[in-house]
Amino acid sequence: MSVVEYLVNSLLGICVVFFALALLIAIIVIMSKLNLSDEPKKAKGAAAAAAAPAASANADVPLAPGTAGDFKLYNTDPRDAAMVMAIVADELQKPLNELRFISIREITPKED
Amino acid sequence: MENALDILMRLWETSGFFLIVSDWRQLIMIVVALFLLYLGLVKKFEPLLLVGIAFGMLLVNLPGSNMYHPELWDGYIAGTTTITDIFHEGGLLDILYIGVKSGLYPSLIFLGVGAMTDFGPLIANPKSLLLGAAAQLGIFAAFLMAGLIFQFEPNVAASIGIIGGADGPTAIWLTSKLAPEYLAPIAIAAYSYMALIPLIQPPVMRLLTTEEERKIKMDQLRPVSKKEKIVFPIVVTVFVVLLLPSVAPLLGCLMLGNLFKESGVTDRLSDTAQNALMNIVTIFLAVSVGGTALYDRFLTPQTIFIIILGLLAFEFATMGGLLLGKLMCKITGGKINPLIGSAGVSAVPMAARVSQKEGAKANPSNFLLMHAMGPNVAGVIGSAVAAGFMLAVFGG
Repeated sequence: MSVVEYLVNSLLGICVVFFALALLIAIIVIMSKLNLSDEPKKAKGAAAAAAAPAASANADVPLAPGTAGDFKLYNTDPRDAAMVMAIVADELQKPLNELRFISIREITPKED
Repeated sequence: MENALDILMRLWETSGFFLIVSDWRQLIMIVVALFLLYLGLVKKFEPLLLVGIAFGMLLVNLPGSNMYHPELWDGYIAGTTTITDIFHEGGLLDILYIGVKSGLYPSLIFLGVGAMTDFGPLIANPKSLLLGAAAQLGIFAAFLMAGLIFQFEPNVAASIGIIGGADGPTAIWLTSKLAPEYLAPIAIAAYSYMALIPLIQPPVMRLLTTEEERKIKMDQLRPVSKKEKIVFPIVVTVFVVLLLPSVAPLLGCLMLGNLFKESGVTDRLSDTAQNALMNIVTIFLAVSVGGTALYDRFLTPQTIFIIILGLLAFEFATMGGLLLGKLMCKITGGKINPLIGSAGVSAVPMAARVSQKEGAKANPSNFLLMHAMGPNVAGVIGSAVAAGFMLAVFGG
């Protein structure tokens, strides 16, 4: 195979990969427009309803939704908190259900 | 008395201890196998695969073991030997190797990988697919270098290039079809470098990104519905296989496994694909791939070239993802942290963890893990597409 053929094959290959994945982007965008995402709205509503009593119990710092103990979130949303807990569990090589988190606070540069 | 001595002499001459001195390369391969075992058992370098590969390598290089016969497979490729002959004349590893040669094991591994993969971050941020595509640059850069600089045949160069996909099953699948004689060095290079991702990627990541870029915090991903997760594997299979039919075994199994996981009605199948089946196939795959590393085929200059090219492939793949990440960062006005681009090299979830760690080093409140999982799983699809392309072009 000549140098030119090698270059053409490489270029063609990377173009095929980009085209295939760009096609998937289009498919995902179409899927998101097709009203397939009604479930999260319900879940969001349910989560808000579940969080409401907790918020009234402790007005200044509400308990994290779904928590089994006194787990508080300061300037941290539940999804970030879930990721933090997963990362800590992974770093410690311990199952998540064997760890107890008391609170999670976002440290901003101002507080440093 | 003489008769007894003759018997003892014959026993000695047929023993491995006598045969081992007939070719010193066997001893070297035994040392290499023991070193790989050390890496897997002590250093925990991809132990689930490396221990099996190293043990397979050890078995076939013990003289007289007769577990693998490359000449039978040469005959099979040439059309002079049939699978029935291999069953009759082959050893245990020859029989296990049928699953590699047919592409069965890599496809079944992909079934398990699919059952363990959450495509949610990818669906939530479809742009990350582009990062998964850019990171395939390593495949094509290594292909060019292997062919033009190291003068490998195009089919071998394509197999070496696929190391840059950082995806062991894909590398094994393609190599077993295009260049089976190089299966062992390519598989060992792919899995070794995957284990070394935390050492290979960070220097390139720091070189190509600024401190400010690494500090960028990304917006929360949107929630993805169950319906979207169920529809995704079906439509991906239909469109990608229509585009590139040669990728059907790998991508089809990946998406079937994912459908098992997401459907919610096939939990038992999902569990089997993720655990029992995956473990069984991993044992067969690792031992039979290691078994192809016979001293007379493995100890060649080409093996060293493959090891060098594999490293370059990983570095180019990392660069490709990072450079597109930087471009997307500029275009979006700093909403995308370029570090997630390096996760496009596959190696799930190791590469995403490296992005997370580097991002957290620059800014301790930065959580890139979920954002990096998008390009990470996109890389799996991207490398499968690249392998399908290589097979379509060089598969004859």
